[in-house]
Amino acid sequence: MIGEVFTWLNDPAHWKDTRFDTGIATQLAAHVRFCAFALLVALIIALPLGLVIGHTGRGKWLIAAANTLRALPTVGVLVLLTVIIAPHFYGRTDTGYLIPTEIVLIVLAIPSILSNTFAGVENVDPAVRDAAEGMGMTGKQVLLKVELPCSLPLIFSGFRSATLQVIATATIASYLPLGGLGRFIYDGLAQQDFPQMIGGGVLVAALALVADLLLYLVQRYTVSRGLTGRFSKKRLPDPRLASVTQAEVAAI
Amino acid sequence: MIRFESVSKRYPDGTVAVDELDFVAPSGQITVLVGPSGCGKTTSLRMINRMIEPTAGRILIDDQDVTKVDAAQLRRGIGYVIQHAGLFPHRTIIDNVASVPYLLGTDKKQARARAMELIERVGLDPRFAKRYPSQLSGGQQQRVGVARALAADPPVMLMDEPFSAVDPVVRDQLQDEFLRLQSDLGKTIVFVTHDIDEAIKLGDQVAVLRVGGHLAQLATPAELLSRPVDEFVAGFVGRDRGYRALTFATVGELAVHDEQTVTMGAPVPSRADLDNWILVVDAANVPQGWLNLAELRPDHTTVTAEMLYRGGTLATQGGSLREALDACLSSPSGRGVVVDSDGTLLGSITAAEVLGLIEKRRPGAAAVTGSGSERR
Repeated sequence: MIGEVFTWLNDPAHWKDTRFDTGIATQLAAHVRFCAFALLVALIIALPLGLVIGHTGRGKWLIAAANTLRALPTVGVLVLLTVIIAPHFYGRTDTGYLIPTEIVLIVLAIPSILSNTFAGVENVDPAVRDAAEGMGMTGKQVLLKVELPCSLPLIFSGFRSATLQVIATATIASYLPLGGLGRFIYDGLAQQDFPQMIGGGVLVAALALVADLLLYLVQRYTVSRGLTGRFSKKRLPDPRLASVTQAEVAAI
Repeated sequence: MIRFESVSKRYPDGTVAVDELDFVAPSGQITVLVGPSGCGKTTSLRMINRMIEPTAGRILIDDQDVTKVDAAQLRRGIGYVIQHAGLFPHRTIIDNVASVPYLLGTDKKQARARAMELIERVGLDPRFAKRYPSQLSGGQQQRVGVARALAADPPVMLMDEPFSAVDPVVRDQLQDEFLRLQSDLGKTIVFVTHDIDEAIKLGDQVAVLRVGGHLAQLATPAELLSRPVDEFVAGFVGRDRGYRALTFATVGELAVHDEQTVTMGAPVPSRADLDNWILVVDAANVPQGWLNLAELRPDHTTVTAEMLYRGGTLATQGGSLREALDACLSSPSGRGVVVDSDGTLLGSITAAEVLGLIEKRRPGAAAVTGSGSERR
C-alpha cells in the first residue's frame, strides 16, 4: 500500500496538468494560495486587534467570543455560506465558492492568532511596561517597541498553529468544486483510488511541515535572543560571586 | 528642586493615598520617602513624573508645574528606576541603557558610546554590553536600571525601592556605589523605600510618611534617630536607634594600641602577648582574621586560612563610632581592629575605650548633630 502511494506520488504524469486532469503541481499551488490568502487576512484582522486589546485591556470579551468560533463545525458553515453566497455569482468563475471557503478558513485562523497575541501582550512583565512608560515612551511606542517584540514568541506560536489548521482544513475547498490538494483526497475516495487519496493526505502533511519549518526559521531570526534564551555557551564569571568573596575578605 | 504643594491623591472609591503633602526635595540631594506599606510613598513618587495624576495640589520641578508639561516629554527628562529594574528583555544591555537617548532622537552611535560609558560607571563589566537582561543576576540588572535612568543625564531621578529585591550583600554594595555615584553627579533624587536603615544610610533628608499619606517627619537621618517627633516615628525608626545614631557620630583619631600580629603562612607563634588570640595579617599588613592559640592541634605548624576566625568587622580610622564599637563587639578577642583607608592595619581598640569616647561626647551633644557630609 505504502509502495503504491509512493508510486502515485513519484509518477511525473500525476504532477503535470493534462486535458482532463489537473496535476499535483497546480493543485499544490492552489492549496498554497487558499491558505496564504486566508492566513494573511486573519493576521491583518487578529494581530492589531489582539495588540490593542492587550495594550488597553479593553474589549476582552472579543477574545472569548473569538474562541467560541472554534466550536463551529467547519463543513457545516461552509455548506451554509455556499448556499447563501454561491447563487449570487453566475458564469464560469469560482468566486461563489471561493468566498465561502476563504471565510471559513479565516474564521478558523483568527482565534488562535488573536488569543495568542492578546496573551503575549498581557503577559509582558508589568515592571517592563512601567519602566517603558516611566522613561517617556508614548502609548504607541510602548506597544510597538516593547509589547509587540516581547509578545512575538506567543504570536508566532499562535500563527503557526493557525497555519497548520488552515493547511489541513483547506482540503474542504475540494468539497466544493474548487482545486487544492483536497481534490486528490475526495477524488481518490470517490474512485476508490486509495493510493491517490493517501497521496493527497501525504502532500497536505508535507506542506504543513514545510510551512511550519519556514515559519520556525522566520521566528528564529525575528525573535530576540533575549526572549528565547538562545545564548552562546561562553559564560562570564559571575561578578556577584566575586563580590561575595571580596566581602568575606573584608570581614575578619 | 522638587516642591510638593498640598498634594493629595484621592481615588474615586474614597481611599486617600496621599493627603495634603507639602515638602521640598532640594537640588543635588537625596530625599528619601519612607514609611509602612500603604503610606502613599510610591504614589507620591509616581505623581512627580505623572505616572499618577494628583487630585489636588501642585508639584513643581524647578518652579515648573509638572501637569503643564506633556507627560512623555516630562518623563524623558526624569530618570526612573524601579524595584525589579524592568529592563527590556528583548534588548541587549547597551540598547537598554540607550533607551531614553533613542527616544530623544540621539544618533545611535553616540547613544551607544554614552551607554557604554555608563555601563562601566555603574560597575559592570563592559563585556555585558552585548548580553541580554536574562543573563544577568538581579543585582547586575539593577545596575543596568540605574545606568539606563542616567543615560540622558537627567537632573532629576526617581527611584522606587530600587535595591529591595536583591540579597543583603549585593544591596549593601549597590547602596555604597550609588552614594559614590551621587557624590560625583549631584542629581536631585527622590528615593522611596520601606527600609528605614536604607533611608538613614542614603538620605540627605528623610521624609517619614504614615498610613493615609501624611507626612510625619522630615529631617536629616541623624535628627530622625535622635529626635523623632512622635510615637509613630520613634516606633518606625526602631528600637536600637541609639546605637544606629552612632553611624553619624565621628571622633577625630581613634587612639589605637599596637597589636601583635603573625603573617599568613608563617610558623605558628608559641605564645601571644595579651591572651590566646593573635591577629593574622597578609604580606601587605591587611588583617585576615584571628587565631586562637589555645585551640591549635599538633599538626598546625604554619598559619593557614582555615585556622582563622573571620567573624570580626573592621573599623576605619576616621570612621563612625558605630563602626568602631561594632568592630570591638564582633571581634572574638574583644579587641576591635582598626585599619586605615587602604585597609592596612593600624592597631586595635577595646569596647570600653569606644564607650568612653561615646560618654565623652554626651555633655556637648544634647543631640547627635550630624549631617550627610559626616557619613562615610
